[in-house]
Amino acid sequence: MPGISRDDVANLARLARIDLSEAELDHLAPQLQVIVESVARVQEVADADVPPTSHPLPVVNVFRDDVVQPGLSADEALAAAPAVEQQRFSVPRILGEEA
Amino acid sequence: MSDLTRLSAGGLAERLVAGEVSSVEATQAHLDRIGEVDGAVHAFLHVDAEGALTQAAEVDRRRGRGAVLHPLAGVPIAVKDLVATKGIPTTAGSRLLEGWVPPYDATIVTRLRAAGLPILGKTNMDEFAMGSSTEHSAFGPSHNPWDLARIPGGSGGGSAAAVAAFEAPLAIGTDTGGSIRQPGSVTGTVGVKPTYGGVSRYGLVALASSLDQAGPVTRTVLDAALLHELVGGHDPRDSTSIDAPMPALVDAVRGADVTGVRIGVVRELGGEGYQTGVRARFDEAVELLAGAGAEVVEVSCPHFTYGLAAYYLILPSEASSNLARYDAMRYGLRVAPDDVGHGDGPSAEDVMLATREAGFGDEAKRRIILGTYALSSGYYDAYYGSAQKVRTLVARDFAAAFERADVLVSPTTPTTAFRLGEKVDDPLAMYLNDIATLPANLAGVPGLSLPSGLADEDGLPAGFQVLAPATADDRMYRVGAVLERLLLDRWGGPLLDRAPALPGARGVPA
Repeated sequence: MPGISRDDVANLARLARIDLSEAELDHLAPQLQVIVESVARVQEVADADVPPTSHPLPVVNVFRDDVVQPGLSADEALAAAPAVEQQRFSVPRILGEEA
Repeated sequence: MSDLTRLSAGGLAERLVAGEVSSVEATQAHLDRIGEVDGAVHAFLHVDAEGALTQAAEVDRRRGRGAVLHPLAGVPIAVKDLVATKGIPTTAGSRLLEGWVPPYDATIVTRLRAAGLPILGKTNMDEFAMGSSTEHSAFGPSHNPWDLARIPGGSGGGSAAAVAAFEAPLAIGTDTGGSIRQPGSVTGTVGVKPTYGGVSRYGLVALASSLDQAGPVTRTVLDAALLHELVGGHDPRDSTSIDAPMPALVDAVRGADVTGVRIGVVRELGGEGYQTGVRARFDEAVELLAGAGAEVVEVSCPHFTYGLAAYYLILPSEASSNLARYDAMRYGLRVAPDDVGHGDGPSAEDVMLATREAGFGDEAKRRIILGTYALSSGYYDAYYGSAQKVRTLVARDFAAAFERADVLVSPTTPTTAFRLGEKVDDPLAMYLNDIATLPANLAGVPGLSLPSGLADEDGLPAGFQVLAPATADDRMYRVGAVLERLLLDRWGGPLLDRAPALPGARGVPA
């Protein structure tokens, strides 16, 4: 019996960097349980001898010629940034005091 | 001049070429129509009147100088808000991207601009293209022009509603599991998902990269072919773009004939779960094609019944990865958490947690969590791995079916448009809308939906889907064009002529 518990959902949300509220966990966890039970039926026909498909077309990696192409200016790249400092993206601290 | 909005794109293009009407007049007529009816329909998230009229005036100037222009030059178009448009806000229907103005154009948009199609604005959609109703848009749902209390389909409900409400003759959609075809089906319009790799994905906000494909949203099969030829073809900026010439699609429509064409009715896409009126219109359409000389065979694709389950593992897996980019650092929403429980201020991780909690709606959260689960160590083989094997089995079913038939056909959706609110908090019921459309995305094959008529029980449009082998998009246009011609003869005019007048439209009380 496949399952995804409320604790699983809380843990997955944290891994996915979504700070779910208790009310959302109450709402979403039972829905996800139903969905997981439903999609688990892929296992019924996924025999060992069936190769997996990750992509619909048999594509291979593509390279372009090593020639400089026009790109975004720094101002264009920074135009939508939440915060900018000295022509750079300004971000919150990434380390804690304990680190 | 308001009847300019009733013309097909091809019909309008002819009048533009003949000099009977200017692009500014045509564009203004559509902007006026948007002003009249979009309060009720809410197909648009953003209208760019100034930009559209500037482009229209430029086309008129060039045409006046005798320049050789693209056949669709001057025909206005609406673009789904999943497609990056330089200088025009692009939200993907999400609070996370509210107010984002892309610094570059998607390749599709580059081609539209180069061909001189004025961009009227950006159309509403379910957040990040996750949904079948537009109810998961952060900015409120769009409404079906046939019945404003009903859904226009999704995720591209805005593009389909815009075209069905005569707010635009053409629109761009994107289709990851049916987001062009299902809205087409429930609004009585035409929608095409090209072969995967047939239209560039460069500049599309990514949902599930191995499934996403942009394509035309129109009122006629010919218009779809005209737009498909314009936006399609190889793009070096998309590594999955097919580096080969596209088949001739407009020619396939103009010379359409189904004599001797083998049409495969897919046994698994019909029957139980399909509304009576939807099935009746489908059966009649198949009879019409048989009467026109097609050879009808029944084919079985037994693994399609597992397609839905595979799709709702593969899509969330890819989406959870793609949507990880919304980290509040370089663009999009950034939310400072209220209380982080320690003294040294919020960390990047705290900000990410708060931003993604505030920025994503329920459906995005469900799918990100589901995808994170399916990809997590210990569950990967059972879920994502098994789904990838089902994907192989679905592709093999297609290959076997295309041995026996040149095209496959089915109803596009199991039902006509349902009421707004009916399924918004019942994810599995919502997912079932995609059951007939998503196998094409899993296998990368092209699909076209056109109206098959109105269901007797509710008087709402039903859709007919034509599927062709990968890179044989011309086949579905050929069959679609013949069926459209036969149905128009039967109806005595376009199906959309029977749609009710919209509140706000000239002569109709608001």
